[in-house]
Amino acid sequence: MVTTMPTAISVRGLRKSYGPVVAVGGVSFDVELGEFFGILGPNGAGKTTTLEIVEGLRAADDGELSVLGLAPWPRNPELLPRIGVQLQASSFFERLTAREQIRTFASLYGVPARRADQMLETVGLTDSGAVRAEKLSGGQAQRLSIACALVHDPELVFMDEPTGALDPQARRNLWDLLRQINADGRTVVLTTHHMDEAETLCDRVAIMDHGEILKLGAPAALVRDIDSPVRISIESGQLTAADARFPGVGDVADDGVSLTIATREPAPVLAGLAGRRALAGLRVQGATLEDVFLDLTGREYRA
Amino acid sequence: MTGPLLGRPLALRSLSRAMFVGFVRDRAALVFSILIPVLFLVLFGSIYKSTSAAKISVIEVGRVALLDQAQAAAPAQLGRIMTVAHSTDLAASLDAVRKGTDDAVVQQRGRTLVVRYSIADQTTAGIVQAVFSSIVQQADAAAAGRTDGYQLATSQVEDKSLQPIQYIAPGLLGWAIASGGAFGAAITLVGWRQTKLLRRLRLAPVSVGSVVLARVGLSLVLALVQLAVFLAIATLPYFGLRLSADWWMAIPVVLCGTLAFMSIGLLVGSVSTSQQAATAIANVIILPMAFLGGAFVPLDFAPAWLRDVSYAMPLRYLVTGMQNVMARGEGAASALPAIGILLGLAAVLTLVSVRAFRWDAV
Ligand SMILES: Nc1ncnc2c1ncn2[C@@H]1O[C@H](COP(=O)(O)OP(=O)(O)OP(=O)(O)O)[C@@H](O)[C@H]1O
Ligand SMILES: [Mg+2]
Repeated sequence: MVTTMPTAISVRGLRKSYGPVVAVGGVSFDVELGEFFGILGPNGAGKTTTLEIVEGLRAADDGELSVLGLAPWPRNPELLPRIGVQLQASSFFERLTAREQIRTFASLYGVPARRADQMLETVGLTDSGAVRAEKLSGGQAQRLSIACALVHDPELVFMDEPTGALDPQARRNLWDLLRQINADGRTVVLTTHHMDEAETLCDRVAIMDHGEILKLGAPAALVRDIDSPVRISIESGQLTAADARFPGVGDVADDGVSLTIATREPAPVLAGLAGRRALAGLRVQGATLEDVFLDLTGREYRA
Repeated sequence: MTGPLLGRPLALRSLSRAMFVGFVRDRAALVFSILIPVLFLVLFGSIYKSTSAAKISVIEVGRVALLDQAQAAAPAQLGRIMTVAHSTDLAASLDAVRKGTDDAVVQQRGRTLVVRYSIADQTTAGIVQAVFSSIVQQADAAAAGRTDGYQLATSQVEDKSLQPIQYIAPGLLGWAIASGGAFGAAITLVGWRQTKLLRRLRLAPVSVGSVVLARVGLSLVLALVQLAVFLAIATLPYFGLRLSADWWMAIPVVLCGTLAFMSIGLLVGSVSTSQQAATAIANVIILPMAFLGGAFVPLDFAPAWLRDVSYAMPLRYLVTGMQNVMARGEGAASALPAIGILLGLAAVLTLVSVRAFRWDAV
């Protein structure tokens, strides 16, 4: 590409309603080339709708949109080979095996079967290559769907809740794969319910709720910006809740398993706990994106 | 959608292969579209095969002394194998044989017994020949010693009658093709929408044209397979379908019929939200049409009201189009009106369903 393209995606004032339901109510953001961008939010926040508009699957009611310098709507054949999309619901040809699926998708992009087989290997599905797609486990189907999205080496990759059905091990493997893809210079946009996923993977996250972006920035910066206490917890039974009220301590809670102390000044509390030899099972947790969400909405984050 | 109508040929090929493999692995679809129609063919073909009367019916035109003598000599014996009617109208009698109402016309010219029969039913034709040659032989034997013997001259009338297999085969084939096309298109469309495959394909650089063409291609191939299987079975000597000279014209009729019924299925699929609904609606359309359009009930024997109704049934044109060229011995051009009507229907319904088309389930 000779043209200078500062941004991979540029979105301004995007709106979409389904009848009375406002799914996306005026969203603006930019994704830089090579960036790992996350959209985080609870069910119904409008993540999928936003993504589908950017991918060119839906028309926006209003707003400006450019993807790799092109307009995705109406269906833009010039853009399609350059983006890879994993839809939230897996979609396959009926009664084809995993290997046949990815080879078919590959050939739609003019990609040879050999490369398709490699991709199958990359997502760890070589052993299930002869299994029909509908017989794959949820996690296997999701990995196949991801492999199909990546088979043509797209510059820009969209993933809608890619780790949804995966077990912890597969989830970590996929994280590695996504990091690898991103390190190769590809731009990745993913949606997720999981705060930890967004924190580990994303350069920047947009926190969405009720069709709007509440906050956008690097996870660490978002966490730093909020005025949230540190949580220190130890095993229950070493200290009564009353004894735990060191100076500067906010809430103290004992659920019978662990005693949790919230404080903005962790140092004197830790010193006090050490002085009473009550350090068994000690864990110190700083603010997380969950706290950011709580801070922004006043609601507990429940995916 | 924009873009060229047809994308890369490679994309078309791999889509076609994916759909073909998917179809062949679908046992239910194979059973439904090929096995069941063939079972019907075998069943109906066998049931109606034995309808040729146990007795042959003969029309005696003018006086046939030989036959009268034979009847007088052994009334019970001959009565068991033939009925004899008398007539003076040769033309009308020959016509009755052509139409299959009667089996043979017999006249006597001097010492020659002239027998004309239809070969529409080979069993009957065989019996006619055997019976009359034995009558002539017996007359010869009775007149032993006289100088001149009797002679038998047999000839075939041009056959216009239809044996059951000649309308059962095109009728059932028409029904099989109509079902295959309509159900195939409807269920595929709804299924793709449900599994989101359509959306996924929309994200790939393939044209709508390739996707549609691949599916249409699959249905056309299926219809040709149905045609080949039906012809192979119905022309077995046991069933005895005799193909007319221009039978090959049935191929374009079958292809156009497939397009017409796919367009019906496309419309059904566009308005249905589930595969069950699509199946139910397609059934409501196809099943009555099989009875009203001449597939299950031959129109030749149908009451007048049914014949009138049949003109409104697309299936009628598919069935009669095939019948004309396959079984009735009419020329290739006789199928053209049916082809025109089927193509017109396909064009109109496709336009309507493009308007009703939805990419998404909701
Ligand atoms: N096709 C549709 N028709 C009507 N309403 C819709 C449609 N798709 C989404 N919605 C509504 O729009 C809102 C946003 O939905 P969306 O799927 O974008 O949320 P999401 O953030 O992706 O949720 P999830 O985490 O559950 O995937 C929801 O209230 C949803 O009910
Ligand atoms: Mg979603």
